[in-house]
Amino acid sequence: MARYLLRRLAFLAVSLALASVVLFVLLRMLPGDPANALTAVGASPEQIAAARHSIGSDRPLPEQFTHWLGQLASGDLGTSFVSSLPVGPEVTARLDVTVPLTLAAFVLAVLVAVPAGFVAAYKRRTWYGALLSGVSQLGIAIPVFWLGMILIAVFALNAGWLPSGGFPQDGWSDPAEAFRALVLPVVTIALVMSASLIRYVRSATLDVIGSDYLRTARALGSSFGRAMWRHGLRNGAVPVISVLGIELASTLLGAVVVESVYALPGLGSLLATGIAQHDYPVIQGVLFVSTLAVLLIGFVADLVQRIIDPRLRGRLSGGAR
Amino acid sequence: MSTKKNVLYGTASAAALALTLTACGGSGGSSASGGTWDKDAVVNIGSLYEPQNLDNTAGGGQGVTEALNGNVYEGLFRLTDDGKVEKLLAQDYETSADGLTYTFTLQDGVKFHSGKELTSEDVKYSLEKVLADDSQSARKSNLEVVKDIATPDKRTVKITLSKKSISFVYNLSYVWIINSQAKELKTTEDGTGPYTLNKWTRGSALSLNRFAGYWGDAAANKQVVFHYYKDATALNNALLTNAIDVVTSEQSPDALEQFKSNGNYKVNDGDSTTKLLLAFNDKAKPFTDVKVRQAVSAAIDDKKLLESVWGGYGKQIGSMVPPTDPWYEDLTDVDAHDVKKAEKLLAEAGYAKGFSFTLDTPNYDPHPTAATFIKSQLAKVGITVKINTITPDEWYTKVYKNHDFTATLQEHVNDRDLVWYGNPDFYWQYDNPQVTKWVEQAEEASSTAEQTELLKKVNRQTAEDAASDWLYLYPQIVVANNKISGYPLNGLNSQFFAYDIKKTG
Repeated sequence: MARYLLRRLAFLAVSLALASVVLFVLLRMLPGDPANALTAVGASPEQIAAARHSIGSDRPLPEQFTHWLGQLASGDLGTSFVSSLPVGPEVTARLDVTVPLTLAAFVLAVLVAVPAGFVAAYKRRTWYGALLSGVSQLGIAIPVFWLGMILIAVFALNAGWLPSGGFPQDGWSDPAEAFRALVLPVVTIALVMSASLIRYVRSATLDVIGSDYLRTARALGSSFGRAMWRHGLRNGAVPVISVLGIELASTLLGAVVVESVYALPGLGSLLATGIAQHDYPVIQGVLFVSTLAVLLIGFVADLVQRIIDPRLRGRLSGGAR
Repeated sequence: MSTKKNVLYGTASAAALALTLTACGGSGGSSASGGTWDKDAVVNIGSLYEPQNLDNTAGGGQGVTEALNGNVYEGLFRLTDDGKVEKLLAQDYETSADGLTYTFTLQDGVKFHSGKELTSEDVKYSLEKVLADDSQSARKSNLEVVKDIATPDKRTVKITLSKKSISFVYNLSYVWIINSQAKELKTTEDGTGPYTLNKWTRGSALSLNRFAGYWGDAAANKQVVFHYYKDATALNNALLTNAIDVVTSEQSPDALEQFKSNGNYKVNDGDSTTKLLLAFNDKAKPFTDVKVRQAVSAAIDDKKLLESVWGGYGKQIGSMVPPTDPWYEDLTDVDAHDVKKAEKLLAEAGYAKGFSFTLDTPNYDPHPTAATFIKSQLAKVGITVKINTITPDEWYTKVYKNHDFTATLQEHVNDRDLVWYGNPDFYWQYDNPQVTKWVEQAEEASSTAEQTELLKKVNRQTAEDAASDWLYLYPQIVVANNKISGYPLNGLNSQFFAYDIKKTG
């Protein structure tokens, strides 16, 4: 296990390094000059050159890259070109919104999708089983911003129960207020996420139900519930967990849409602003942190799968089959 | 100043760019709801323009002007909501006979929020900050006539100019007086205004508290909070759910109906200074020919365009001058819509069968709509328009810097920006030596009457030359809850004075 962890961590480090190179190079290939944002209309070529110099965008790319890596190594995400404020605290502040939003949506989605997916599979011949399958299909087709707008119209504009958007200026210092602000965004994400999860859970459950080991267990006198509990759950969980990891990661990255619908000051909206302004340090900072998070999520998902299913241990360590 | 570049690349999202029409500001009042109001109310203001940082000489952008100008920082002068210049921190001033030396006396008993007393040193420091090499102030070039700043005593500032500048006092209304010892101006402040900064949460909100030690009349409310939105729908929803009391500048005409039909809100139709221009490259064929420019201007039905983009709002405009500029004259009759005349002019210019040109069109609203409209209008007189959609960045490099275009669409947000027609190197390359001379003479005029007279000539001449086609003047629409009154209606140059806002209940 220690060896596996070591390998996995090394893989993580290499992935992160590769991702940072790709990130850095791709950003520089975007059209547009960040110095434009820093000079007044009618700026002379000298002033524009001075602006480039002040942000270091006139230096050779490899030098800029090593500078950035050096900063990263010391835990510094650099300084925004546009606001000339440090990026690190900005990212941290935005995580206060994005992390609770993503995690709460994730937990809610799992709480909904696992039982619903199970029912959709086990009771697939009943009307409600079929309805669950149908609704989940529909859910996958719904764009997240559209769902957000509908929820705002119903629960904020008409009913007036919840705010239509925004986040308290004082953040979590009044948890109830902050929580209220996140209810609709969380539900929006969770609904869309659970729709696709239900399908995965359903098909994983169907696999288990039709499996030989379950039939054997039942033939040996075990009740369905007991057989599911002892054998089915574990086996069914393995594919679902990898999907969960992917879902969690994509929600984190996809928060930009929901954050903009609900005017939430999260990581996604920071990224959108950064991109519009060619603010490389901000874009790099956000993407780097997101990449790290996505890699960590994958790592944890792998680990959990291994713990649940001993057969994977050999395979995932990359050694003997 | 042309397009507001801080906005162009500051707030930068294409959407925000489209929204640069907030041009106005001032302390005028709206209809008072009468009766008593809550002196300790919190006023929530919704805006699309978040500051980049809190320093207006370091790329703070339009948002920082909206939130802090007049509220937190004050200048020697103030530009009121109807475009007049009033004394503020300057108690009085004198101009020397040659018009080159201005002597300002400061108000007595003014304190910065940190408690320090305002002195002439602070004025000198503040002006030098705008003029510094690394300053990104949009007004820097206007103030470069300043040759020397002397501070003979604590309450006197003596400024000498290198040449006469009638706009000097007006330009000073953009200079914030900052405590010369203040630090960290990008995230904190030290001004003399009626509010102090309470808290700025980036990406979310900025709140201001009434300053107990204010030298003038105290603010009519205890706290104002600017809430920032990236999306006009989210902003309107916030107003509908009472999360905010007022929207500084409504950008979505489609959204107005829901407020107009609701008795709880008031939709105010103010005057902006934002002009939508079809700018010709006056040095690129066939727009070198004044008849071609006139023909194109006459072929386009501006009224219909305005109607389709803004419904009943906004104004037709016959030149670069909005009604709030002192040298305004209604010139909509010059090159008014007349298809027959357009055809005749084209024939005279040798283009009886029309011609074809490329229109560089910024990719955000309303430009694509306007471009399509222009294309269909010009097709009627045989002119083929090829629409080339470009990003704000491309526009800046291709059109603004390199003058590599035939015609383009752009919005120009500032007041008093007619004078750009006096600069032959400006992106549209309009070159009329007489106009250049008038603009120079106007700036060196001895009286505002003389200045106004000269700029009126410029106004008429550029209109007759069809230097550009001024399509329309944007409306400035402030939508507010009926509970509040006293907010600015015109909002010149993005100002939004909050200290007169009264809230009931």
